[in-house]
Amino acid sequence: MPLTPAELEILGLSVKVALASALASLPFALGLAFLLARAEFPGKMLLDGLVHLPLVLPPVVIGYLLLVALGRTAPLGAFLADHLGIVFAFRWTGAALASALMGLPLAVRAMRQAVESVDRRLEAAAATLGAPPIAVFATVTLPLVMPGVLNGMLLAFARSLGEFGATITFVSNIPGETQTLPLAIYSLTQMPGGDAQAMRLCMLAILLSLGALMVSEILLRRARRRARGA
Amino acid sequence: MKLEVSIGARLGAFALDAQFTAEGGVTALFGRSGSGKTSVLNAISGLLRPARGRIALDGMPLYDAQAGIDLPAHRRRVGYVFQEGRLLPHLSVRQNLLYGRRFAGRSGEGELGHVVSLLGLGALLERRPQDLSGGEKQRVAIGRALLAEPRLLLMDEPLAALDAPRKSEILYYVERLRDDLRVPIVYVSHALDEVVRLADTLVVMSEGRVLESGAVGETMARMELRPFLGRFEGGAVIEARVAEHDLEMGLARLEFAGGTLYAPDVDALVGERLRVRIRARDVSLALARPESISMLNVLAGKVAALGEASGASVDVQLDVAGTALIARVTRKSAAALRLAPGLPVYALIKSVAIDRHSVGWA
Repeated sequence: MPLTPAELEILGLSVKVALASALASLPFALGLAFLLARAEFPGKMLLDGLVHLPLVLPPVVIGYLLLVALGRTAPLGAFLADHLGIVFAFRWTGAALASALMGLPLAVRAMRQAVESVDRRLEAAAATLGAPPIAVFATVTLPLVMPGVLNGMLLAFARSLGEFGATITFVSNIPGETQTLPLAIYSLTQMPGGDAQAMRLCMLAILLSLGALMVSEILLRRARRRARGA
Repeated sequence: MKLEVSIGARLGAFALDAQFTAEGGVTALFGRSGSGKTSVLNAISGLLRPARGRIALDGMPLYDAQAGIDLPAHRRRVGYVFQEGRLLPHLSVRQNLLYGRRFAGRSGEGELGHVVSLLGLGALLERRPQDLSGGEKQRVAIGRALLAEPRLLLMDEPLAALDAPRKSEILYYVERLRDDLRVPIVYVSHALDEVVRLADTLVVMSEGRVLESGAVGETMARMELRPFLGRFEGGAVIEARVAEHDLEMGLARLEFAGGTLYAPDVDALVGERLRVRIRARDVSLALARPESISMLNVLAGKVAALGEASGASVDVQLDVAGTALIARVTRKSAAALRLAPGLPVYALIKSVAIDRHSVGWA
């Protein structure tokens, strides 16, 4: 059963938004993971709570706050648009930003766990072999954390495929621009006679998400095996 | 090589206050677990920062609290072989071995071939650390430290996690480092037989302090008369030369300053120098040279000092023509023979008491 051009467009947009949000959140997620895993500072609990907030907050709250902060008439949104040429409101980039925020807690959790499981005695051993701190990070820490980083990105990617509330609130439901898979399914269910098409898209969503979760599980197992072998 | 250590640190409730110097060869840090041996190694390597004092290698300070010098670990060029190997799990054995080369400013594989053959690593190069046995991991860890071309090699109980056959295998390789490569080594252990077999200098630690330090033979003799370490398997160390092998009887005749020793199962060749440990409990005393007995080793000497009595026994330090020897006898015998400093005695040692574990290359 080949996909129709309209379905392909929806699928393509969903994957584009999910990839962009996973990649864009990577440096922030990794930075937060290291900060939370290794640094001690006042307000650490508060930061930890803020990172986790999207997990429990109604997505519509995130979407609405984004709209208020980054809408074309909002000061920050206007500043970004006028000086940097970056527009989020009602664009696919806005959908990516909304789902990046929603996926951040998942990405940070996975990466933080990976950072915490790195045996710091290995880093000390590398230092005695002459490796300066930056080299220890690049040749010991990062390779050992890598499965966790990939896993975190995959979770963020999968979460983004399913993002609905924040996206529709922030960037609305514009076919070809912000109408990702869940939004398209929602539209079809609101349309008389759209059931069959909605079901096709549902199947597509299931396959895509299941695939991402399975790849994530495989990476996790590989990381565990490696950790045991050390 | 000259290593000067004089440091103080407080680690939780534990106070470290250690002073010693070591020159070349193998320096053993000996003591019970928790006596601060590993903390001293960590301070020398730069993994632990002491609160005060100085650590210098060949006159160059690695750490000097007063001068505000604290060279980071990666710039000290001090190799470290850890108790648990600590191989990098995401790299192959070959990559682990070569890891330190680029930081030492060396390109290519350099001495890889030499180190691989010295440590018998040829068949392991493409394997992953998780596929190695405990002994193999430790050999790779030693090779990896060597290839970083350290000025000093630290070894923290590298045999602790190994079974007996693997232990003697690694000990053999450590002896080769000492004798073939002439790498100065600081070796931490709580096993006296390892210390005796390997060390030139002995540093005895207890509760964060250095109790005794100096040449291994003298230090052990001094230590023997002090009961602080409890009734550990004590004894003296004699440096001897293989004079002759009696193949029919399976005995080697060893010559040392104080006379002749017969020992079984000696692997060394005629002319080679050995270090023989004589346990105090294997030495008996007589006032006259006994006739018609099975003991082959009868050494003439005199009583140098009597140790503190402990239970039924007392350790007697002997002077056998300048070589220190220790006899553990009962207080009853000591009284019956009227043992006192200066008294001429004969020390009797069973040859079969000198086993493979008590003999090492000097």
